[in-house]
Amino acid sequence: MDDGLDDAELERHLLQRWETPHGVWNALATVDHKIIARRYLVTAFVFLILGGLLAVAMRIQLAQPEARILDPDRYNQIFTMHGSTMMFLFAVPVMEAMAIYLVPLMVGTRNIAFPRLNAYSYWIILVGGLLLWISFALDAAPDVGWFAYVPLSGPEYGSGKRADIWAQMITFTELSALAVAVEIVVTVFKQRAPGMSLDRIPLLVWSMLVMAFIVIMAMPAIMFASSTLILDRLVETQFYNPAAGGDVLLWQHVFWFFGHPEVYIIFLPAAGMASTIVATFSRRTIFGYLPLVMAFIATGVLAFGLWVHHMFVVGLPRLGEGFFTASSMAIAVPAGIQIFCWLATLWLGRPVFATPLLFVIGFIVTFVIGGLTGVMVASVPFDTQVHDTYFVVAHFHYVLVGGAVFPLLGAIYYWFPKMTGRMMSERLGRWAFGLIFLGFNLTFFPMHILGLLGMPRRVYTYQPELPWAGLNLFISLSALLLVSGFVVFFIDVLRAWRSGEPAGPNPWKAGTLEWATSSPPPAYNFRRIPVVDACNPLWVHPDELAVTTGLRVDRRELIASSVVEALPQARESSPRDSIWPFWAAIATSIMLIGSIFTPWAVVWGSIPIAVTLIGWFWPKGTAEDTS
Amino acid sequence: MKSTSAFLLLALLVSGCSGAQSVLNAEGHAAIELRTLILGTILVCAAVWLVVTMALVSALVRRSDRDGGAVSERKAAAAVSGAVGATVLVITGLTIASFYTTRALSEAPTPELTIDVTAQQWWWQFNYVDQNSARAFVVANELHIPVGKAVRLRLKSSDVIHSFWVPSLAGKQDLIPGRENSLTLQAERPGIYRGQCAEFCGLQHSHMALFVIAEAQADYERWAERQRGAGAEPTEPEMVAGKALFMARQCAACHTIRGTRAAGATGPDLTHIGSRRTIAAGLLENTRGSLAAWIADPQTLKPGNNMPLVPLTSDELRQLAAYMENLQ
Repeated sequence: MDDGLDDAELERHLLQRWETPHGVWNALATVDHKIIARRYLVTAFVFLILGGLLAVAMRIQLAQPEARILDPDRYNQIFTMHGSTMMFLFAVPVMEAMAIYLVPLMVGTRNIAFPRLNAYSYWIILVGGLLLWISFALDAAPDVGWFAYVPLSGPEYGSGKRADIWAQMITFTELSALAVAVEIVVTVFKQRAPGMSLDRIPLLVWSMLVMAFIVIMAMPAIMFASSTLILDRLVETQFYNPAAGGDVLLWQHVFWFFGHPEVYIIFLPAAGMASTIVATFSRRTIFGYLPLVMAFIATGVLAFGLWVHHMFVVGLPRLGEGFFTASSMAIAVPAGIQIFCWLATLWLGRPVFATPLLFVIGFIVTFVIGGLTGVMVASVPFDTQVHDTYFVVAHFHYVLVGGAVFPLLGAIYYWFPKMTGRMMSERLGRWAFGLIFLGFNLTFFPMHILGLLGMPRRVYTYQPELPWAGLNLFISLSALLLVSGFVVFFIDVLRAWRSGEPAGPNPWKAGTLEWATSSPPPAYNFRRIPVVDACNPLWVHPDELAVTTGLRVDRRELIASSVVEALPQARESSPRDSIWPFWAAIATSIMLIGSIFTPWAVVWGSIPIAVTLIGWFWPKGTAEDTS
Repeated sequence: MKSTSAFLLLALLVSGCSGAQSVLNAEGHAAIELRTLILGTILVCAAVWLVVTMALVSALVRRSDRDGGAVSERKAAAAVSGAVGATVLVITGLTIASFYTTRALSEAPTPELTIDVTAQQWWWQFNYVDQNSARAFVVANELHIPVGKAVRLRLKSSDVIHSFWVPSLAGKQDLIPGRENSLTLQAERPGIYRGQCAEFCGLQHSHMALFVIAEAQADYERWAERQRGAGAEPTEPEMVAGKALFMARQCAACHTIRGTRAAGATGPDLTHIGSRRTIAAGLLENTRGSLAAWIADPQTLKPGNNMPLVPLTSDELRQLAAYMENLQ
């Protein structure tokens, strides 16, 4: 028990229980959510760089008409890789990574729920990313778009193993996303610090919770889609073959039933980050906590009712068109509520213009444009003119870069001190923000005009007589500005990591629990689990938080609490490090990659998976296993 | 960000005078309705953006009255509720405008002409159907329509999904294997309108263009009458040799020239290839030189397309190109 111990003694005991010892073996076996989140983050940002380089390649090709720098085959691989990398290997994992790092700290617990599953999920997404990028290096990457429409991706027209590689990469990423979503839900519902009732949960945690539920409901749709696609290709099922009673539009329905909520999987965590940053740098509690939570939930629900707006030109019945126009327009209301609450918070507070807030201001300005062009494409007649043109390319980059990457970069500046114990540079931060904001708008705003001037998406070149050359050159040059902004950002990250100024536990004087522990947090997160009686406990009790006692120190233990009131219910053991998730991930990968080539891989590949799962769950007689 | 509205204005000016393939250069019944909706919606949205941005700026620069008391909290609550109410109003207005446009578009007059459009990798086939099947004819990549008349297109695909889009005339509509869609075109002014496949369809998606030529009824009738006829007989020895080559080599296996024994169905109908403005789905202007260049090396000009490289001497190339050009 920790009751009788003084602080130093207690820390020694906790460190012994929770710390990951040095060594490669121990690194592979660790289940510390902070170490795993850091791996996720680094991996996701590496994929951001790779995906960005692909974008640069496309801009070089499109800078002039009839350029022959990339042949159509390479270009099609590159735009497919760009979309797939950014959506599946950067945007979703990076938001999950932030959740894995921050949620346990913000709810005041010692580790994420199902920590071994968490370790497994990282290895899985890493292999999925490697699969995609190694195939690209071998000139065999998918070339059917990140949406992989049949029949272009089907057995008849999709040659080689390219579409199969895409489908299995999807399986890897959805597997890992589902695992993380379950961990987040359970952590938020059952591991909150005593007193953190539903109305005291930090907004970022709320947004991550809604995101996790969207993942749980959307991912099965894409799992069905990618599995049926590979079945059509591998064992000649006929889900998507009209000649044999299949239907090519079925693919689009299941893909977008996942694909549209995907946007909110990426956007909602960003909205949570923006809410956090706005409150901290306005020096007051957020205005409209309840409306914001309701708006998050409403967005999550509505997200599943508007997938058809990606299919407005496939020839729909009029009534269906009307319904999906109305529902797509309606999602502007919860988005509006969020924007207005942030504006009210800034209005009522005393804004401090630190780099994280700059990124959030840039986010509001650009995201509103993306939201408004979203309202435009929600209209069926409007959409028939801009669908599949550069107007839509502009629209979703405003939503995804403006709406998610800007808050994410702000969040990196904001939480970097917590994660590393070091501050990033305000001066470089301003430069990075200025260059990225300007470069982004100069790159993507003209694309709206290109779309209205009739330039379709996914073309590897265009003819000189078309009036698009000037704008395309301008866009390609502006993209360099955008790239330079990211270069400054990454230089700042590397510099700060090595030699940034020490941060101290709470450099921004923020109010939520992650700032109640040292920076970076110790392996056990909190010496004693805090007791919460407010939304921003550190603002209410700046000097010292009330804490609980009574957890054992001779094993990993944390508090399980009730869903609504967060009343402490039980002392719950938390699993120790284990190498088995790593082996299970290797076995799963062998099965999934093997099944690209032969259906028998599913049969024989399931044996090693079974073996590793038995190893994973084998009772080892320790307290953590049995309780 | 001030530049955004300036940009938009500039775009409108630029596109007003050029733009053979532009949403803003609307010359068709549907496209004109759509342009009104598009410009109206953009204006409303630009105003909304301006209001939000001004609110943001004033929240950031305001220095006085920041005591955060209960009064300003109440004021903020009223402002936020008002803004949400205004959002609902704007959204409802735009939704209604969208519905009215849809209704106006569906009230198009009954079509006087029906054309079957079949898209394939990477070109367009237009089948001018007729109750008298002897009067039906097939052309490729160039659609002639009478101006001021509603023309119904029946849209089909013979391989993957494509999308028919001639922005100056109407919004786009997909061509989907296993399904049939339809689209009504009505050009209000004579002209040549460029269109392009808008759904990614593989290697040469970029080079799958078409031209719609809207002309007076009499001109259209004359054109249609000529298209119904068989391919022109060669008049000069060079062309005669070209025809012989066409029949002897692989060409006839894929292409049709009515009035000859060339009856292949894989590639475009070439009966009147010489009368078209462009070749290879809008890729090249139709001249004897570009015909020869295309026949000599289709894979360099349009990598991945389905036309094979047929080894020919330069004399043979010249003869074939002359024959093609003569098929007026």
